Amino acid sequence: MTELPHPRRIASQMSSAAFDSSALKAQERTLFLRKVREIIINALLFLCGIVTVLTTIGIIFALFSETISFFARPEVDLWHFLTGTTWRPTVTPAKPENFGILPLINGTMLIAVISMLIAVPIGVGSAIYLSEYAADRTRRIIKPVLEVLAGVPTVVYGYFAITAITPLIKTVVESLNSRGIGIEMDFFNALSAAIVVGIMIVPMVASISEDAMRAVPRALREGAYGLGATKFEVAMQIVVPAALSGIIAAFILAFSRAVGETMAVTIAAGSTPRMTLNPLSSVQTMTAFIVQVSFGDAPVGSINSQSIFAVGATLFVITFLMNLISDFVLRRFREEYD
Amino acid sequence: MANSHTPDLSLAAAPEARRRQIMGRFFAVLLLFCTLFGLVMLGVLLVQIGNSGTPYLVQIVKPGYSVDNIFEDHTDLHIGSTTIAINTGLLTNYHSRTPAKAGLKSALVGTLIVMALVALFTFPLGVGAAIYLEEYAPPNAITNFIKLNIYNLAGVPSIVYGMLGLAVFGRAFGLLEPDSAFVKTFHLNIHQSGIHQFNILGLPFQFPFGRSLMAGGLTMTLLVLPIVIISAREALRAVPGSIREAAYGLGATRWEVTSQQVVPVAMPGILTGMILALSRAMGESAPLLVMGAFIYVPFLPKNLWDQFTVLPLQIYNWISLPKPEFRQGLAGAGIMILLAVLLLMNGIAIYLRNRFEKKW
Repeated sequence: MTELPHPRRIASQMSSAAFDSSALKAQERTLFLRKVREIIINALLFLCGIVTVLTTIGIIFALFSETISFFARPEVDLWHFLTGTTWRPTVTPAKPENFGILPLINGTMLIAVISMLIAVPIGVGSAIYLSEYAADRTRRIIKPVLEVLAGVPTVVYGYFAITAITPLIKTVVESLNSRGIGIEMDFFNALSAAIVVGIMIVPMVASISEDAMRAVPRALREGAYGLGATKFEVAMQIVVPAALSGIIAAFILAFSRAVGETMAVTIAAGSTPRMTLNPLSSVQTMTAFIVQVSFGDAPVGSINSQSIFAVGATLFVITFLMNLISDFVLRRFREEYD
Repeated sequence: MANSHTPDLSLAAAPEARRRQIMGRFFAVLLLFCTLFGLVMLGVLLVQIGNSGTPYLVQIVKPGYSVDNIFEDHTDLHIGSTTIAINTGLLTNYHSRTPAKAGLKSALVGTLIVMALVALFTFPLGVGAAIYLEEYAPPNAITNFIKLNIYNLAGVPSIVYGMLGLAVFGRAFGLLEPDSAFVKTFHLNIHQSGIHQFNILGLPFQFPFGRSLMAGGLTMTLLVLPIVIISAREALRAVPGSIREAAYGLGATRWEVTSQQVVPVAMPGILTGMILALSRAMGESAPLLVMGAFIYVPFLPKNLWDQFTVLPLQIYNWISLPKPEFRQGLAGAGIMILLAVLLLMNGIAIYLRNRFEKKW
């Protein structure tokens, strides 16, 4: 932008027959001051933008500096950390065999996968309904409800898990057991946590998928109807394939959200790090471990307080990669119709 | 499959067409059920919480009966011969080992102060960054990087922000701790805790911030900043270019255009985003827990450098206690208060959005 003198000032100058040099100088000074003000404001606003970059740098530095001092300890090594199947960080004396992160990743993935099994069909189903079937009025009612569901604090979902879902699972298991099927379950179990995490991420899957479906141009639908397709066929064979990149991006983002979910899984899934695929047993996720140690007030610089940074760095890398992949899918496989 | 069919109006195609229509109806019902799932779950959730929590908030006492002793400090409303006892102790008491005396006082005050800090820091930073990206930034690699970075930050798990807060605000990377290289090199005389307290212009100050309200407010600010920036950018982008051009045409500078024309028009959208971000921050507890917020605080903070707790953390504390009065009843009542505040905030946001939304 080139700066122009203020219009009022030009007008007043033109009306006075004789320019006197002091007025000209005053005008130059105002112009100069306005320019300086613009430069200062530009710099301040730029600094606001840079805060977010500093945040990223801060996260990376905070996580990895402590992680490096964790791995610098003689009691741990990177190989055992990444491949070990035993996580017993409180056992003394600490030795590398007790710092294998796989049980925590196992617990995290078990919950995330089951929650996706719930959230993906329901989320995509409601997205199809909202974008293809629902009347405008229905959508105006349902969308805010989904927003509210997404805005419920995760502590509340944890409470819901242990007061409603876990007793429900228990009733089912007991009635099965009374018919001679022997199933054991823990009060804190992966399934209960996974169900509430699934409920929690349904709105996310639904809203991102719906956006993608609504972006599919009308002409494609009308073409299919013209060929005699039913509404269901149009939805499944035209709209969903055309919006697939957006839907897959929604899956990945929701999965990443499930992996990073903390309070609900800490409350409902327990704190037993173990390698298991049994959804009825108690597991510990990466996030639940971080909470457990934060609760325990581990002294600064101790192996435990550093271990949460190593676990946190692992969590950060996993979710960061998933977010990048989702972004890539969205860009690379987007179908452009114009 | 069906998509290879051209419209075939002969009678031979009738059973096939019928099959396809039945399939279509079946799936329409299935999809409707998927959509209702969210609605039903929200209903079940609210009923479940209401069932366990309500007795700890209000009791309706019929004539001839006295108030059940599940809470001690109550205010009574008399309507005819019926008494309605309201558990005001829940708001005015600290946490107690006796369920009947337990309350949310320090958590309510903590939440209020943290929210005020978050609003204070987030508004200028978030709106500033959004204005920069929408109105000022040249279209170059740095700008693109900042934009991409903001989207990535929005996807970082909240607990990671807690670890950031712990390392940066809580401990300042351990810079002032007794065994840090910095302290050793300069032979600084440092308090054992690594926290340095002093006065600036008569006001108390401390560095690093430790487990204080200030550390909590800053941690939450970084957590919600991406959300505020993204929504503020959308609000600014919705302001039509003609408004800007008209102002420039009158000789206004870029800042005059932005501050006097664009921002006022975008303000409802910006405020909606702010409120939604604040309600997100109000429900979050994981980052504060990791940053070092306490779950049991039997006093009110004297200043911003004091310890604190917040509503969701107090609720989490109650959920993890063994007594069912805490685990179910009081936790449920606490959740009802939290949800009421959040619903109110969301309601205001939706109202603002609908009331001031302009179509250009």
